Amino acid sequence: MYVAVKGGESAIQNAHKLLDKTRRGDLTFPELSVAQVQKQLPLAVSRVMTEGSVYDPELAALAIKQSAGDLVEAIFLLRAYRTTLSRFYSSEPIDTTTMQVARRISATFKDLPGGQLLGPTFDYTHRLLDFTLLADGRTPEELANITSQDNSESESESIPRVLEMLEKEALMVAEEDEQKTPADITQDPPSYPCNRSARLQALARGDEGFLLALGYSTQRGYGRNHPFAGEIRTGDVTVSLLPEELGFSIDIGTIEVTECEMINGFSKLEDGDIKFTRGYGLAFGMNERKTLSMALIDRALQAEKYGEERVSPAQQEEFILSHCDNVEAAGFVSHLKLPHYVDFQSELELLRRLRAERTTPDAASGDQS
Amino acid sequence: MNQNTATLEPIKDGYNFAYLDEQTKRMIRRALLKAVAIPGYQVPFGGREMPMPYGWGTGGVQLTAAVIGESDTLKVIDQGADDTTNAVSIRSFFKQLTGVKTTESTSAASIIQTRHRIPETPLQADQILVYQVPIPEPLRFIEPSEVETRKMHALKDYGVMHVKLYEDIAHFGYIATTYAYPVRVNDRFIMDPSPIPKFDNPKMHQMRALQLFGAGREKRIYAVPPYTNVSSLDFEDHPFEIQAWEESCAICGSKDSFLDEVIIDDQGTRNFLCSDTDYCQQQVAKQAEKEEQAAEGEQDDN
Repeated sequence: MYVAVKGGESAIQNAHKLLDKTRRGDLTFPELSVAQVQKQLPLAVSRVMTEGSVYDPELAALAIKQSAGDLVEAIFLLRAYRTTLSRFYSSEPIDTTTMQVARRISATFKDLPGGQLLGPTFDYTHRLLDFTLLADGRTPEELANITSQDNSESESESIPRVLEMLEKEALMVAEEDEQKTPADITQDPPSYPCNRSARLQALARGDEGFLLALGYSTQRGYGRNHPFAGEIRTGDVTVSLLPEELGFSIDIGTIEVTECEMINGFSKLEDGDIKFTRGYGLAFGMNERKTLSMALIDRALQAEKYGEERVSPAQQEEFILSHCDNVEAAGFVSHLKLPHYVDFQSELELLRRLRAERTTPDAASGDQS
Repeated sequence: MNQNTATLEPIKDGYNFAYLDEQTKRMIRRALLKAVAIPGYQVPFGGREMPMPYGWGTGGVQLTAAVIGESDTLKVIDQGADDTTNAVSIRSFFKQLTGVKTTESTSAASIIQTRHRIPETPLQADQILVYQVPIPEPLRFIEPSEVETRKMHALKDYGVMHVKLYEDIAHFGYIATTYAYPVRVNDRFIMDPSPIPKFDNPKMHQMRALQLFGAGREKRIYAVPPYTNVSSLDFEDHPFEIQAWEESCAICGSKDSFLDEVIIDDQGTRNFLCSDTDYCQQQVAKQAEKEEQAAEGEQDDN
């Protein structure tokens, strides 16, 4: 009768073995390799790297395989690994203006310097199941011959930024470098209200679904900020270091990022001027939904700066930032599965006592209602 | 805790001794010093991701990792028991990453990490009790904003807490908080004792051991140094009371320990058992000893 409480250790080991078996699935099918995940599920890898907060496609793919495709679990695995890594340097800020773009669009100008480049996108696909993928899809020869049509433009050194053009015309509030070391919420706990760098870092690591829903809520009137997708670009950017002993920067590699700059409704500024306002989103890999949502929320959280009343969920900084991390959220929600015998026993005891007292002295009047 | 050496030899390949790197441990120890210096005050710290989920003891695990040394003996309990699944998991984590001795005996441990209970056996001056804390802010369910609650603590503005307790009395005739029952530490800060049953609250008062509290997800550390006053909030006409059972433990017969209820058939038949498994075994051992002595005595009489 006392058995139920005992036997934790072997039960855990057996559960882990069963998990390994379930992950592997039907043995008559070949095992999925990490390289296949990395090369053929690039969008899942992008999301896991972004919210896992480390750029490493191979480890992200490993995490996806290990988590049997549960991306929130994969993000957790990658985070728990990342936290053990030593930090050698801070890189120089990446310059997305010099990005080798794979995709670049603006929803505000029909044509613009650098042009519109659709690149690989689900946009404008008809969401019809492609049954050819049930077989083998396109042949390798066919696929090898597909190239981006617009090579000439993307080879140019840099593509001007839409919002910068508006800045030059004094129609857009300018982004300014504060010349301060950005906050790092992984080293210092956030305190509220926090500065924009801490906020953007939290949003970049934040859960895509949560940010999507909040971003969506601003469009439906809860903290409306009149957004236009000024520019979205995806492509490779160079990462460089500036070691103090060298005195000049060295390139250490490239990473793929997606950036979204949102143009938002104009507002009267402190100095009486009127300009468009802006929101910013950035993510590793191809991750447009995330960057759009992030930019919407970044703008919503600037409410105070533009004298807007903070009445909607998307405008509450402490609420959003302390709930957007899915590693924290999933952990705390799932801890409900842990035993709570003691707390529950305490509640049980009190409720029984309260009910006993109710029924004994004036049972008739109490129970009939 | 007994070492001064900067870096301990790693036990598991590819990982530091006790998982965290030395920089992080130092950061946590600094926060701990502050926490001990200001009993009951919540010190923010740069909480790290741990390889177990938030809400599953990451705060306690980080504290244990920051204070544990090679010569320590570790005990881990969850709901008072050493063999609940999460206690087993955390104990094996530290075994793998530190190689320290582990024990189920309360008196043999130098560090005890706990979730939801304080052991029944009184703790000693050279022991550390590490609590896992889900929500460190006792005012959180009255005031959700951290900005506001920090202000309330700074100003010692605790009126709302008493209003909440009074409202309970008005509604139910009792203070309807049975666990995570708020305490005042060193006559200054109101503190969440973590979700221990209020049965355990009196044990915190003037405890000889050092009590450390870690909230990983919320990134807060707080502490109660040895021999510190800890009082549970109450009113003159509604003094603080702890739970009592009419039943006694079905295994050891104890009448004064916290009892868990176990349902043993589908007719709702219930049994009560000590939640503290080590204490329960001690009681059984004591009885066996007594019986032995009694038996010996009888033999002598013959």
